[in-house]
Amino acid sequence: MIPAQSDLARTARLKWWEPLFWLAVFAAPALWPGQAPIINETAIWALFAISLDLVLGYAGIVSLGHAAFFGLGAYTAALFARHLSPDPHLGLLVAMGASALLGLLASLTVLRGTDLTRLMVTLGLALILLELANKLDWLTGGTDGIQGLTIAPVLGRFEFGIDGQVASYFSLTLLLLFFLLARVIVNSPFGGTLKAIRDNRLRAMAIGIPVHARLIAIYTVAAAIAGAAGAAFTLTSGYVSMEALSFDRSADVMLMVVIGGVGWLYGGVIGAVVFQVIRDVLSQITPQYWMFWIGLFLVVLVLVGRDRLFKPWTWFKRGAGGKA
Amino acid sequence: MLTILFDGIAYGMLLFVLAVGLAVTMGLMNFINLAHGAFAMVGGYITVLLMQRLDVPFLVCLPLAFAGAALLGAVLERTLYRPLYRKPHLDQVLFSIGLVFMAVSAVDYYVGSTQQIMQLPQWLKGRTEIGSLGMGHYRLFIIVVCAALTVMLQYILSRTRFGSRLRASVDDQRVAAGMGINVNVVFLSTFAFGSGLAGLGGALGAEVLGMDPTFPLKFMVYFLIVVAVGGTSSITGPLLAALLLGIADVAGKYYIPKMGAFIVYTLMIVILLWKPQGLFVRQGGKA
Repeated sequence: MIPAQSDLARTARLKWWEPLFWLAVFAAPALWPGQAPIINETAIWALFAISLDLVLGYAGIVSLGHAAFFGLGAYTAALFARHLSPDPHLGLLVAMGASALLGLLASLTVLRGTDLTRLMVTLGLALILLELANKLDWLTGGTDGIQGLTIAPVLGRFEFGIDGQVASYFSLTLLLLFFLLARVIVNSPFGGTLKAIRDNRLRAMAIGIPVHARLIAIYTVAAAIAGAAGAAFTLTSGYVSMEALSFDRSADVMLMVVIGGVGWLYGGVIGAVVFQVIRDVLSQITPQYWMFWIGLFLVVLVLVGRDRLFKPWTWFKRGAGGKA
Repeated sequence: MLTILFDGIAYGMLLFVLAVGLAVTMGLMNFINLAHGAFAMVGGYITVLLMQRLDVPFLVCLPLAFAGAALLGAVLERTLYRPLYRKPHLDQVLFSIGLVFMAVSAVDYYVGSTQQIMQLPQWLKGRTEIGSLGMGHYRLFIIVVCAALTVMLQYILSRTRFGSRLRASVDDQRVAAGMGINVNVVFLSTFAFGSGLAGLGGALGAEVLGMDPTFPLKFMVYFLIVVAVGGTSSITGPLLAALLLGIADVAGKYYIPKMGAFIVYTLMIVILLWKPQGLFVRQGGKA
């Protein structure tokens, strides 16, 4: 085996702490039954963050409108549950299909142009969907959203209860499944070509990587995962509102990915947990103005350097620019 | 019909003044600054608060709004923005969103979250009808002020020494620096001036657009559309884009209120797919 191969194989291998991490995650709802709804919410955010990380961290597409796919998944699941069938599995699949389709179409818009252009078209797409959800009130309920959905039990046995236990395990299972899928994707040769595209698109093209096909594929997959997160949100909470498509949601998820670390799948999961804790603590201290502290955190994060914030021992070394 | 066109032009001119600073700084420094609206909000609030609490006349407030926003822009450019010019776009986006969040909460904290009402002076109230064209005096005032600003900007950019330095720096920073242009000073003054213009735009627009703490978030998209569609290499591009956007928005909301902002966003995506660099790109300059 040539050194490069063994290097690649080493990063792909399961680390010793990974099973422990997931065991701890799955034990959480049982250990703190009272926190189950929050664990559920965090798992959904983490799933959504993984989806964004695939696009942002691995393919290098700066997207400010990722909530479009989350929201489409959430609304599709809600409409499916209301009008066609209360089955959560079918709902999940249909929602993922719808989001993947949108992702496929939308991927054509992020192939060209600069970061600014991509930023604008992703943002624009999310805004269009938000506007549609607002104006098509006969379908989406407008600002009221769709409420009071009845969802059939998971696997025919586990009812979504008020205590959130089943909901949290449902979302955690989805999180684990899609995490493993994403892990396989980024460690495959396919994932390697994505990183090549992210790092230097021109060079990637020159060595024969089909850049457009790769970007379309990963964008579609990421959209489907975001749709799954949205569907999980609807199925476990029994309602959906326009908040699922809002700009805040896109910004928050980006923040989570960045907190945890871009281009590292655990980053999304850890970022989601840290973000929830920060938000919880801040909103208890200052219910109305916690945005300020999030903003301050972002500014400091960027000025110090994203990769250095959680490594205090590097703060006083000279970095490339930055005032650290 | 003519009235809608007139209102659309007024709106577009306003957007242009608000966004032109962003276009220049983005073209100059290749910096994605989502916090531009915050400077506009500062200008708007300076005007509204001075008028409400201290009874300062409207015309005195406008230069003050400009100066306040410009000063803030200069200070922030020197302290916070400069280290970020060389960072990836993702960092810049995060940083400027952070600034927006802070600005929104800070204004909410000090002034309150309600929309501020601005009392226009008497001579700007009224309306003049010429045939089917109804012109609000205030909108006429906006058009005149913005047109004057545009002409002045065009003059500065194309005729003065500073303008040629600026254009040289936009085209190629390194060569410009090599020719003895102090690029840092050009950056600083341009950023401050652009922020000042945003402040002035915010002051002028406080009555039309409405001033509340979420202003930077609400209009961020519009500024970015102007810049993305207009391109960043000239001021005629953003001007035409802003007019187009203003007229499309006013007409769209008037004729098909059900579609709302839908048309504007769709139009933007279509244009950006068709010409990713913006509609009006000057040939030559380094991207």
